[in-house]
Amino acid sequence: MAEAVLRIENLSKNFGGLRVTDDVTLDVMPGELHAVIGPNGAGKTTLINQISGLLAPDAGRIVFGGEDVTGLAVDRRAQRGLARSFQITSILPRFSVLENVALAVQARSGSSFRFFGAAAAEESLNEAARAALTQVGLGERETVPAGELSHGEKRALELAIALAMEPKLLLLDEPMAGTGRDETERLVTALRSLKGRFPMVLVEHDMHAVFALADRISVLIYGKILASGTPAQVRADPQVVTAYLGDEME
Amino acid sequence: MSTSLLIVQTLNGLQLGVLLFLIAAGLTLVFGVMDFINLAHGVQYMLGAYLAVMFYAFTGNFLFALILALGAALLFGLLLEFAVFRHLYDRDHLDQVIATFGIILFLNQGVKILWGASPLSLPMPEIFSGSVVLMPGILYPVWRLVIIGSGLGVALVLYLLVSHTRVGMLVRAGATNAAMVSALGVDIRRLFMIVFGFGTMLAGFAGIMIAPILSVEPGMGDTILILAFVVIVIGGIGSIRGAFIAALLIGLVDTLGRSFMVDIMRLFLAPSPARTVGPAIASMLIYLLMAVVLYVRPAGLFPAKGR
Amino acid sequence: MADAALSTSAPRRSLLAGNALPVAIFLIFALVPLFATFRAEAYVLSLVTRVMIFAIAALALDLLIGYGALVSFGHAAFMGLGAYAVGILSSHGIQDALISLPVALGVSALFALLTGIVCLRTKGVYFIMITLAFGQMAYFTASSLAPYGGDDGLTIRVRSTLAGFPIFSGDRSLYYICLICLLGAYLLCRALVGSRFGRVYRGARENPLRVSTIGFEVYRYQLVAYVIAGALGGLSGFLLGNATDFVSPAYMSWQRSGELLIMVIFGGIGTLNGAIVGAAAFLLVEEWLSGITEHWKVIFGPLLVLVAVFAPGGLLGLAARLRRMIRG
Repeated sequence: MAEAVLRIENLSKNFGGLRVTDDVTLDVMPGELHAVIGPNGAGKTTLINQISGLLAPDAGRIVFGGEDVTGLAVDRRAQRGLARSFQITSILPRFSVLENVALAVQARSGSSFRFFGAAAAEESLNEAARAALTQVGLGERETVPAGELSHGEKRALELAIALAMEPKLLLLDEPMAGTGRDETERLVTALRSLKGRFPMVLVEHDMHAVFALADRISVLIYGKILASGTPAQVRADPQVVTAYLGDEME
Repeated sequence: MSTSLLIVQTLNGLQLGVLLFLIAAGLTLVFGVMDFINLAHGVQYMLGAYLAVMFYAFTGNFLFALILALGAALLFGLLLEFAVFRHLYDRDHLDQVIATFGIILFLNQGVKILWGASPLSLPMPEIFSGSVVLMPGILYPVWRLVIIGSGLGVALVLYLLVSHTRVGMLVRAGATNAAMVSALGVDIRRLFMIVFGFGTMLAGFAGIMIAPILSVEPGMGDTILILAFVVIVIGGIGSIRGAFIAALLIGLVDTLGRSFMVDIMRLFLAPSPARTVGPAIASMLIYLLMAVVLYVRPAGLFPAKGR
Repeated sequence: MADAALSTSAPRRSLLAGNALPVAIFLIFALVPLFATFRAEAYVLSLVTRVMIFAIAALALDLLIGYGALVSFGHAAFMGLGAYAVGILSSHGIQDALISLPVALGVSALFALLTGIVCLRTKGVYFIMITLAFGQMAYFTASSLAPYGGDDGLTIRVRSTLAGFPIFSGDRSLYYICLICLLGAYLLCRALVGSRFGRVYRGARENPLRVSTIGFEVYRYQLVAYVIAGALGGLSGFLLGNATDFVSPAYMSWQRSGELLIMVIFGGIGTLNGAIVGAAAFLLVEEWLSGITEHWKVIFGPLLVLVAVFAPGGLLGLAARLRRMIRG
């Protein structure tokens, strides 16, 4: 049996008296797109934050690529191939679109403690950056300052940055939040083309996207995993339907 | 090292602490609520002292001079707010630094032009001008006790205002999240003005009270400004309680440190190096303290915005 | 999370079309000694030497403030350390720059490393305050150095020499040494900012969270930048000691650190050119005004206020806006 790329074991996190992550166990297999859905306030972003290292769990383990990374800092996990996009767009606004992505490429291409030699002139970095931008449909916008992009374009840029990191696992925190229909479609297409290349954890509210992309779905309610399985299984699960999907699927 | 010296210096430390609190309170509120770095707070302290000297020359009465000076300091502070600070609330901290630095230069020179560079003095009220016997062998100036008393009184009033009045609640809310307070429909400009005016008066009051003990001269606000910033950083920005505790802490550490550091050094070193190293370490003590506090709590002891 | 983006930095691309401005600046500096032969040579040379020396320190500070959002209020400490290195060694008979310059750089870099380790754990105004604290510690330590003058300072009786040659002793030769050092510092900073290192460092100013989730340990990059800036400050101090034949704790005062900040802000942060322009403007205006009245600060103060209120982005930002207005 294949080894899980990511395994979360009995993860728990409290904020004061509130149990935001309640004994969560889930895994992500190679090549799969594992969606995490649930109502607002269910603790989805908190879960992502713990996986990527921004938040320390109170209990439990996070095993990535066979290695226990629970105590590892954010940048260390990123160096091991854990990439993420943010729910609230997090890019470098005064850098150009190209340079945003080139920075991510740079992280995987040798030492950045080089003090001479213009980074912007390194064609190998630029090439790889352009490839990632083309994948998400931003190829034409590379010289634009990232802060001037439309909201949907920024979400695409987030994805491009994550891609440029050559991730072993990609965490996507509501990539389609606030995007219009066209841009949502573009992102879904982009994600579909990436399927199989590397495993992904997708946190999303957009049910069409989730059911179009996910291999497995876990439902998170009040910090607890209510159900986990294939889209068909989850859709049919009566608990899930009453607790969450009922209204969403109308 | 004698007990009486220890007691006297402890009281002196409390007095310095109380003084620092008066200045730091206004500073931490302005910073916490309005996110405004006011380097000119020190010159407002100095201005209070100069105005008191001036009004004393007119009236010959300390109390009148105090009241008039406080009023004038408040007016001047509001004028400054209206003319300069108001334009800088939304700006970067660096712009605020340069503007308030410019005001320091202007006012330090200004008082030199108006009153000359020589130190001036302000006599304290007759009834408070003596010393009192606290314990056998300990004679302590009454005026310093007055400073401690009035400072603690102001602290109490501030505490009551901030925790039991509507304005106080708004100030506390503003220190935690000014944008939210504004979004709730509160006239944030007026709140700013109140906070600022109050802070100015506190600084001026401190200057007036200390004037009889220290000499009133240009630049007297500069050193105290730095100390006040150290206080609010250790205490946590936006927190009056933090400012109070930190101010007393710093007042005591600095005063006792300066008095006894040479003796403490003598425990480890020979007399001669102790006499050199002692004062140096004493001067640095509060900065070392701040460095340690920030290392352990990078946002101070009681930050208003939470940790 | 991320410090508030420094919206006051001038739009870099429009003014630095090509390198017209820095070329002009350095050309002017190179030609000053030629014009100075006609009037008041020693005065002009010493004034512009001072400008260049402070420009080096301002460049280093702009590297921190403008490109890293690290507002250091203790930068003067590095200048003081460099100057004291010269002074203390000279008082013991060691004048060779081959010794005193590495010492000056080394001491400043070490101080930057040790203090940076602590300071960089903080952000925003706390960072400002803790850099101030360390600056004050340096100041008070210097004040207590009785054998080296304490509060009164130390006269440097013999300037540095280079392998025996007294090249720091003549006005002109010192001038050109400072010019070369300034050019070197400028080119170094320019290279740094555009390098791989600079990209990570600048990215950390924009969005430190983002940069760390890409896989960079922001703290380390900021520490390296802080040490480099400290060393440059030490270089500036080394030259200052030689230029003034004097060093005192006042070289490290918080007022001095404040003045350095003003110089950088005055010129326009985040441009490097602004640091040089700002240092020049500050010192020249100071010199000019103090010639008019002893109470020049009463004019200079409000000038700073006006700059703060009406010219965010400093002189360079103002110039950029004027150009845009002229072009229509």
